[in-house]
Amino acid sequence: MTVTKDSPNPGREGRTTLIIPGNHATSHAVRQAHVQVIAAYPITPQSPVVEKLSEFIENGEMDSRMIRVESEQSAIASLCSASITGARVFTATSSHGLTYMNEQLAWAAGTRLPIVMCVVTRAIGAPWSVWTDHQDAISQRDTGWMQIFCEDNQEIYDTVLEAFKIAQDKRVYLPVMVCYDGYILSHTMMPTELLAQEEVDGFLPPFQSHLMLANRMDDPVGVNPVTLPDPKEGFPAYMELRHRMQKALEGSIIVMEEVEKEFAAISGRDHGGAVRGYRFDDADVAILGMGSVSSQAKTAIDALRAQGIKAGVLTVRLFRPFPKQRLRDALKNVKTAVVFDRDVAYGLEGALCSELKASFSNVKDAPYITGFIVGIGGRDFTTDHVIKGTKIALERAKNNEIHDETTWLGLMDE
Amino acid sequence: MDKIDKNPKTVIAAVQHPRVGEGGKTGTWRAFRPVLDREKCVLTKSDKARCHYCWMYCPENATSRTRPPVVNYDYCKGCGICAHECPHKAIKMVEE
Repeated sequence: MTVTKDSPNPGREGRTTLIIPGNHATSHAVRQAHVQVIAAYPITPQSPVVEKLSEFIENGEMDSRMIRVESEQSAIASLCSASITGARVFTATSSHGLTYMNEQLAWAAGTRLPIVMCVVTRAIGAPWSVWTDHQDAISQRDTGWMQIFCEDNQEIYDTVLEAFKIAQDKRVYLPVMVCYDGYILSHTMMPTELLAQEEVDGFLPPFQSHLMLANRMDDPVGVNPVTLPDPKEGFPAYMELRHRMQKALEGSIIVMEEVEKEFAAISGRDHGGAVRGYRFDDADVAILGMGSVSSQAKTAIDALRAQGIKAGVLTVRLFRPFPKQRLRDALKNVKTAVVFDRDVAYGLEGALCSELKASFSNVKDAPYITGFIVGIGGRDFTTDHVIKGTKIALERAKNNEIHDETTWLGLMDE
Repeated sequence: MDKIDKNPKTVIAAVQHPRVGEGGKTGTWRAFRPVLDREKCVLTKSDKARCHYCWMYCPENATSRTRPPVVNYDYCKGCGICAHECPHKAIKMVEE
């Protein structure tokens, strides 16, 4: 995050700084966004988000309907309906809760509903684990949702507010997941500045979508009828609508960057758009990661530079749509890219690593890209792992080695 | 009132505009028919357009938005949702 000096509210009039866990940063953003309908089912480590929201509603600090549902699938299904009628909606979940939503996530995206959901990332069983890794969020990457990863509590608060605006932009009309690491962010207290309510209201217009059925009682429609393989009477069929969804996703990077600039102009905080560099301008070794992984990587830069390795960190904030062009631009002068994945696309490699490689296919003078699996199921991912991984990567790059097998750092047998 | 985008070039989600007879005469499926008790129907008794739960919930759009509401038995499948939702219990399902 860079703090711009010329904030329009230099005295920070009406703002408050609270020391709160990441989950409560989310709750405050949702309260200030005037969310009208919330439906959620408790799951660790997400539960404090909705507990706090329920407290706000109970205290009269928030005018919102809380739907108590029997499962995550019902939570997202009821939010789809509420969103179709024209309400701003929110939910949060983790791990198995998210995978249980899988079917309805595809419906939310296919109906182009501006739903915002926080995913407090957690490993997926078996065996049971309540600790963090990015497997849950990654497993839902093909549903058509936008996915943004956060690195600290201030970024969570800011990104949730931005997500509501991105989702309801008429060039986008897509649901957005705001993802952040369980415990590392969700339960860690950090100072978080809340904007003045007037600042939020000036930034975020009232909810809008392409359906708004509650305002259209005289024009009744059925939403999502069966479509045929081919267009009927000139009306687009499944393939056309899915093509439009993909186009909207591809274009949403620009909207995300626009919204972020607009937010930065109000708040004085700029999170860098789709990708963000740390000591990156002169780097010829790029260390890439998402969320807590890239925060940890930053702690290794001093040590690496002291050893003569000119390394910098590139945080990938936007995972869906995958910011291919932004990454190619950022890595233009980089010789080696080292990717640390807190997830596995099982049977292949880390998801971020394989997608970065794909972004560089057919590109001349592409950097050497190699990846490591780290921090699975909450295993500590340390500065030593970053240094070790970077050195292995440089060794492989020297020999231009084709390395098909995954390398895991931090296993007990090492 | 905003209208839903019906332009095939720009529409982004599949919506279906109810049309009479799109699925054939579905009234033949019916085992029970909804019958309105005008004495209990708040719409019939009032001179204002209000309630219309039967119209809003009818999945086949076979109930009219009129006072009193009229069921089109050519297309009513007899699902009974109107009877279930009616806040005044003014609709009875009667065996055909």
